[in-house]
Amino acid sequence: MSRRPVWKFLLYVADNAQNSLHAIANLNVLCTEHLAGECEIEVVDVLVHPERALKDGIFMTPTLVKLGPLPVRKLVGTLSDLPAVLHTFGIEPVAA
Amino acid sequence: MSAPRTIRRFPLRNRATKTLPLSRVSPNAGNKSATGIAGFDEITSGGLPRGRTTLLTGGPGSGKTIFSMQFLAEGAHAKEPGIFVAFEEAPDRLLANFEGFGWKLGELPKSTLFFLDAQPEPDLIQSGDFDLSGMLAALGAKVKEMRARRIVFDAIDIVIALLPDLASRRREIYRLHQWLLLHELTGLITSKSGGDELISAGLGFMQFMVDCVVVLNHRVEAGVSHRSLRVQKYRGSAFDENESPFVIGPHGLDVAVARTLGPMDANVTNERVSSGVKRLDTMLGGGYYRGACVLITGFPGTAKTTLSGAFAEASCKRGERTMFVSFDADATEVVRNLSSVGISLERYVKSGLLRMVSARTITGSAETLLARIKTLAGQQGARSIVIDPVYTLFKAATEISAHGVAERLIDWTKASGITLVCTSLLDEMSRPTDGATASSVSSLADTWIELNYLVQAGERNRGLSIIKSRGTAHSNQVRELILSEEGVTLADIYTAGGEVLMGTLRWEKESAERSENEVAAVAGKLKRVRIDAEEAELEVRAKSLQTELLAKKVEKTLLASTTESRLRELSRARGRMRELRGGDARPRGRR
Repeated sequence: MSRRPVWKFLLYVADNAQNSLHAIANLNVLCTEHLAGECEIEVVDVLVHPERALKDGIFMTPTLVKLGPLPVRKLVGTLSDLPAVLHTFGIEPVAA
Repeated sequence: MSAPRTIRRFPLRNRATKTLPLSRVSPNAGNKSATGIAGFDEITSGGLPRGRTTLLTGGPGSGKTIFSMQFLAEGAHAKEPGIFVAFEEAPDRLLANFEGFGWKLGELPKSTLFFLDAQPEPDLIQSGDFDLSGMLAALGAKVKEMRARRIVFDAIDIVIALLPDLASRRREIYRLHQWLLLHELTGLITSKSGGDELISAGLGFMQFMVDCVVVLNHRVEAGVSHRSLRVQKYRGSAFDENESPFVIGPHGLDVAVARTLGPMDANVTNERVSSGVKRLDTMLGGGYYRGACVLITGFPGTAKTTLSGAFAEASCKRGERTMFVSFDADATEVVRNLSSVGISLERYVKSGLLRMVSARTITGSAETLLARIKTLAGQQGARSIVIDPVYTLFKAATEISAHGVAERLIDWTKASGITLVCTSLLDEMSRPTDGATASSVSSLADTWIELNYLVQAGERNRGLSIIKSRGTAHSNQVRELILSEEGVTLADIYTAGGEVLMGTLRWEKESAERSENEVAAVAGKLKRVRIDAEEAELEVRAKSLQTELLAKKVEKTLLASTTESRLRELSRARGRMRELRGGDARPRGRR
C-alpha cells in the first residue's frame, strides 16, 4: 500500500443526481475490485463549480476522465457496464 | 484504499421545477425579441417570444444556423447578449462562415456574443445513463456572467441522439426547457426536420412543449431551389400561418412578406411621369402615374423593349436614378439596339444614373430573382425600374409562388414609390397554364399597354393601344407606333369602311386622298371660271340686245313720225295740185 497510486480519475457530477450517485458508486467498485484501490479520484460538482465544467468542456454528467496513466480518456455515463469501462481504460479485469 | 476525496452533498431540491413568477410567463403579445430577419418580424408581429423557447426545424441546408445566428447578431447589437451553443460546428468555423453577411460577429465583444463549443467528442465513450446538467450548469454561470438574454442550441438532435433511450431524451429536453424558462432566456433550439423525423428521434413532444415552432423548408422543383418558412405555432400571438418564401441574401435571411400594409397608401401621388413618347403621354392624359406599375404586352418584335427603353431615357432625362433589368439580352446589346431608334442610354450608363442589369446571369427561383432585383434597386436608389420581360421572373416559379412574387414585386415598388415598367410576351401571358401569372400581373398593373402588329400588303406595322389605365382618362384609339432614328412616335391610323390601314397603305391612302382632293379643287376652280365666262358672255349679250332694242325703238318712233309727215305732205301736195289744176269742181264745203 505504500506504492504511489497510478490511476488518476476526475469525475464530474451534478449535485446528488441519481446517475451521479450511481457513477460514484460504480467508480468505487472499479477502484476497489479491479485496481486494488490504487486510485486517486477527484469529484467535481458542476453545479458548484460551473466554471470548471465550462473550462474543461464537460457538458454531460456524470463524466469520468482518466487522467493517468496516459492517454487521457473520457467516459460518459453511470459506468454501469463495467466490462466496457474496463476495456476502455485498458484494465485487466480481476477474476472474481 | 483511497475513497473518493470530495463528494459534495446538498439538500435535495429540484432546481428545474422551481415555480416561475406568473407575470413572466403570462402571454404578452408586445413582448417579443426581434430577430432582425427582414420579413420574419412582420410575420410574427415582432419576432420570437421573449423569455420563451422557440423550436426551429428544417432539413439540411435549410438555413437553421443562419436564422439562429441572425437572431443572436440582432440581439448583440441591441444590447441583448447571447450565447451560441454549437453542437454541430466549431465556433471558429461558424464565425468564418458568417463573415460574409456583414453582421460583424468577429468585432463583437465576447460579452455580447459567446460561442460554446459543445460538439460531442468523437472518441467519447458512454456507459450508462447521463444527463445535460453539466452543460446547463456551465451555461448558467455564463448567462449570469454576461447577463445573456438570448441563447441558441444548434442542433439539439445531435446531443439528444447520444442519450440511450426515449425516456432520458424526453427528460433532458424537459430539463433544458425548464432551465431556459428559469433563466428567462429567449431560447432558440434548432433541430432536424420536424414531424416523423423528430418523433423518431424522441423530439416529437418538443413541438408541443415549446411556445413557438418555426419550420424551414428547402425543396427543389424543376431544378430550381425554393426556400420557405412557416410559423407552425406561436402561443399567445397572432401570426401569418402561410408558408412564406425566403431567400438567403447578402445580409442573411430575407423572408418575403405577402403584403406590406401601411406604407402602401403613403406613396400614392397624382404626379405624372413621361412615358418617353410624347403622343403616348397625351393618350394617357399626361403620362404614367409615379409609382404605378405599367405592363407592356405584345408579340415578339412589337417594340416592347423600345417602349420601355424610351421610358428609361425619359426617367434619366429627369435626373432620376433608373434600373433596367433585361432578361433577354446583354446590357450592352440593349443599349446599342436602343440607340438605333434614337434612344441614347449610353451617357446615363456612364454617369451611373442608369444601371443596366443583365439578369440572364442571375439564376435561381423567382424569390431569389426578386430579392436580387430589390437589392440592386436599393443600391442604385432607383426611382424607375424596367423589367424586360417580367415573365422570365415567373418562369422559375410555381403557379402559386409566381402569383406571390408578382404581388410582392408590385407591392414593393408601390410602397417605395418606384415606377415600374414591365414587358411581357403576349403569347406567354395567355398561355393557360400560366393563367395565374398573367392575370395577376395584368390585374395588378395600373396601366396596360398592348402592342400589336398588322400584316398588310407585305408589311408588318406596329399598333399601340391602351387596354387599361387606372385613374386616368385615356384614349381608346389604336395608334401606329413608328420607330425611326429620331425616336419613337405615334401616328393616327387610317380607318375607312371598317378597315384599318397602317404603314405604306396608310401613306398611300393618305396621299391618294390628298391628290383626289387636289383634282377636285382644280376641277371646281375650272368650273367656276367657265361659269364666270358664260355669265360674262351672257351679260354682254344681254347688253347688246338691249342696245338693239333701243335702236329698234328709236327706229320705230322714227318710222312713225316719218309716215305721219309723209301723209301730211301727201295731202297737202294733193290739195295744191287741185288748186293748181283749178279744179273741175270745187269740193263741197270747201272753197
